[in-house]
Amino acid sequence: MAEGRVVGIDLGTTNSLVAFMEGDKPVVIPGVDGSNLVPSVVALDPIPVPITAAGGARPTVTVGNSARKALIQTPERVIYSVKRLMGRSMEEIQDELKLFPFHLAKDIEAGEVPRIQLGELRFTPPEISAYILRQLKRNAERFFGSPVTQAVITVPAYFNDAQRQATKDAGRMAGLDVLRLVNEPTAAALAYGLDRAKTGTIAVYDLGGGTFDISILKLRDGIFEVQSTNGDTHLGGDDIDNLLLAIALNEIHAEHGVDLRLHPGAVQAVRKAAIEAKILLSTEPAAHFDIELPNGDRYQREIPRAVFEMLIEPVLKRTAGPCKQALADAGITPEQIDEVVLVGGSTRIPAVRRLVDQLFHLSVRAKKPHTELNPDEVVALGAAVQAAILAGESKSTEEMLLLDVTPLSLGIEALGGTVARIIQRNSTIPASATEHFTTGVDGQTNVAIHVVQGERELAADCRSLARFDLKNIPPMSAGLPRIEVKFLIDADGILRVSAREQRSGQAAQIEVKPTYGLTDEQVESMILDSFDNAEADFAKRLLIEARSEAETILAAVERAPLNSAWKLLRAEEQAAINEAHDRLTVIRHGDNPAAIREATLALDQATRRFAELMMDAAISGALTGKTMNTAGEELSEAVTAPHAMAAAEFK
Amino acid sequence: MFKVLDSAVPIACWSCSIGHNDSTLFCPHCSKIQPPPGGDYFSVFSMEPRLNLDLTALEAEFHRLSRKLHPDRFARSEENEKQWSLADTALLNDAYRTLKDPIRRTEYLLKLLGAKIGTGKEEKSPRTPADLLEEVFELNLQIEEMRAARDSGESDAALEAGLTVARKNLSGLLGAVDDDLRKEWSAWEAGDAAARQASQARMVALLDRRRYLSNLIRDVSEVLVAA
Repeated sequence: MAEGRVVGIDLGTTNSLVAFMEGDKPVVIPGVDGSNLVPSVVALDPIPVPITAAGGARPTVTVGNSARKALIQTPERVIYSVKRLMGRSMEEIQDELKLFPFHLAKDIEAGEVPRIQLGELRFTPPEISAYILRQLKRNAERFFGSPVTQAVITVPAYFNDAQRQATKDAGRMAGLDVLRLVNEPTAAALAYGLDRAKTGTIAVYDLGGGTFDISILKLRDGIFEVQSTNGDTHLGGDDIDNLLLAIALNEIHAEHGVDLRLHPGAVQAVRKAAIEAKILLSTEPAAHFDIELPNGDRYQREIPRAVFEMLIEPVLKRTAGPCKQALADAGITPEQIDEVVLVGGSTRIPAVRRLVDQLFHLSVRAKKPHTELNPDEVVALGAAVQAAILAGESKSTEEMLLLDVTPLSLGIEALGGTVARIIQRNSTIPASATEHFTTGVDGQTNVAIHVVQGERELAADCRSLARFDLKNIPPMSAGLPRIEVKFLIDADGILRVSAREQRSGQAAQIEVKPTYGLTDEQVESMILDSFDNAEADFAKRLLIEARSEAETILAAVERAPLNSAWKLLRAEEQAAINEAHDRLTVIRHGDNPAAIREATLALDQATRRFAELMMDAAISGALTGKTMNTAGEELSEAVTAPHAMAAAEFK
Repeated sequence: MFKVLDSAVPIACWSCSIGHNDSTLFCPHCSKIQPPPGGDYFSVFSMEPRLNLDLTALEAEFHRLSRKLHPDRFARSEENEKQWSLADTALLNDAYRTLKDPIRRTEYLLKLLGAKIGTGKEEKSPRTPADLLEEVFELNLQIEEMRAARDSGESDAALEAGLTVARKNLSGLLGAVDDDLRKEWSAWEAGDAAARQASQARMVALLDRRRYLSNLIRDVSEVLVAA
């Protein structure tokens, strides 16, 4: 087919991955550093970009592991966990700001899409996600040696309309035609379902970095029919990290009189230690903090697993309610669940597994949850399966079909501010509802409709989706016009609306004002590389990229002997680096991008230990304040929340 | 078999131009997907309106049609076919959701036949059935008492036990309504025009009673859960 391959992308809170169907098996495509996981971290180049006229040159950004390294040295130019901000308004993200060092641009008005300040530039959350997607796209293109323009992207099942739309916008900005948004737990079920029993009821428990989903599916002859889904789009491993981080920062402040919150780089270093401790506690009975402080003291603390489990219990308990609701909505008992699939890095925590066991009565029925597929990769693998289903080119997916549901009820605001539900949650999508509206005043030519998403009785308590203005209604007596409005939730879980005035036969004109989100024109103006998809430029671009990667690493290696970490390397390690360096120096002038990449990768491998040593040095540097020469007022806002509304008043 | 609603004039297939019946999802000649047909939910499954349904067969047909209609099958098709796949699948899903549920199915069929059923947002809750007047009066008092106790942070075991028994009784009554409804399904399907009219009226009344009981059970459950 002319369209080329369709890839599957897991755009995660913590890590992102791209996968494709190799024959009848989904596989993850590694990045240039050989790693399957691309950390969802975006860093602006350390050198400030001169701000030119609108539409000027795009800034240089790095994505993934290299961006993560910059987190400690230039935290004000780095952003992570941006998924938490996708499709959310200024009002909704105030809580996130207390826990995450997001710097928001201050002159954004209520109702506008928040802008993140990175160094001297500002970005919307979809733009940041677009950089991550572009990196994954490039990784796939590098792997195939040909352009990739179509993708399936996964989203948390419990994502609302605005969050889904924001994800689709990000795809478009990255030069990807998003063929489908697939719910993450459903994708995981697809990955497992490829070679599994053909009939049964399964529950997918997905606790990731920032989101929690539970989905219950019925499998029959290749049809994956979702029965119910529930979740919390702001619950995940991040919350556990923040608990540990808060304890460490408070104790350091109380015991040593050092307020690290004033030093964003140091906070990130402690955060890194907290994450490492959390991971260790999944396999070890205890973990230790041992952190050198700016005043020369050491903060040392042991965290026994029992203490850790007590600490995180409230976080884990928040997953129980959605599980029970999903079972109730599917009309089944825990005993009727044949299999449970665990997805997301946080399901490695033993306490999470015990909770899942209790919720679904597993061990009492001599059952175990499925963990055969890597919980970090399973969603991307499932996205690749769905990509193959859409491309219709794989024998193994020919019989497979996914029937998903909408996680939230759709309603319209009725008299008195109550909600009239028109599409119930857990309805199989695409789903539609037709409503009739009329006028209340003689000669009225406009009717306004307010659409909301959620389960609460009052419109004010639900998520406002959009306001529709039915315009140009032929002037008639009150109550006479009959406007038929069709609401349709498409296969991506996104609402579409159309209207018709039945008496006059005119198609009523609809003006859709999404309550939050970017306009089409805004998305258009944020597209990253307009030439990215031109077939003719592709080979050239591949070569330019390979050379530029080669030059970046060569320059870094040439500076290496100046770094104190260099002396820590053994002589043969230094020799191996020099040899790989010399080889790449010669090869990069050739015009074979594959050969250049291979030599780049070899040099990268050779310098891995050196990079680790440098990283350690950077962390202790940040903690002892040596590289922290910019801890001014601006940075002190990193952990304490800047209040957008208050700032707007200042202007 | 198709139910022709308002057009006896065949519609030309967009692809092969051969005329076909309005109420079909695929062209009988070239098998290409068609814009959403104008028929009712029953016609989506190629059947006459009815109340007794074989749910296993319905599900099998839902899956068979889903495989052919779903937007996943048209991801790389032309824009018009994509749009029709979306609209047709929405219709199929709406139809399946309505028909597989016995109550929704009954309500839908009665509405097709012109009955007014109080599911609209403007309509007030159904009237208290005469035989339940006394019981409901008593029950509402208990619910109020329970709410008051809850608000002041007290617990009243006797009251809670009483409400639990009441809920059980109400559920029993609800089950009886469902049994009666099922009997009416067969009566309606077997009856002549006059018998059908009578059966329809009885079903409307049963649905009203059912909605009333459901609301009551919901109210009782609410105070019980909160306590």
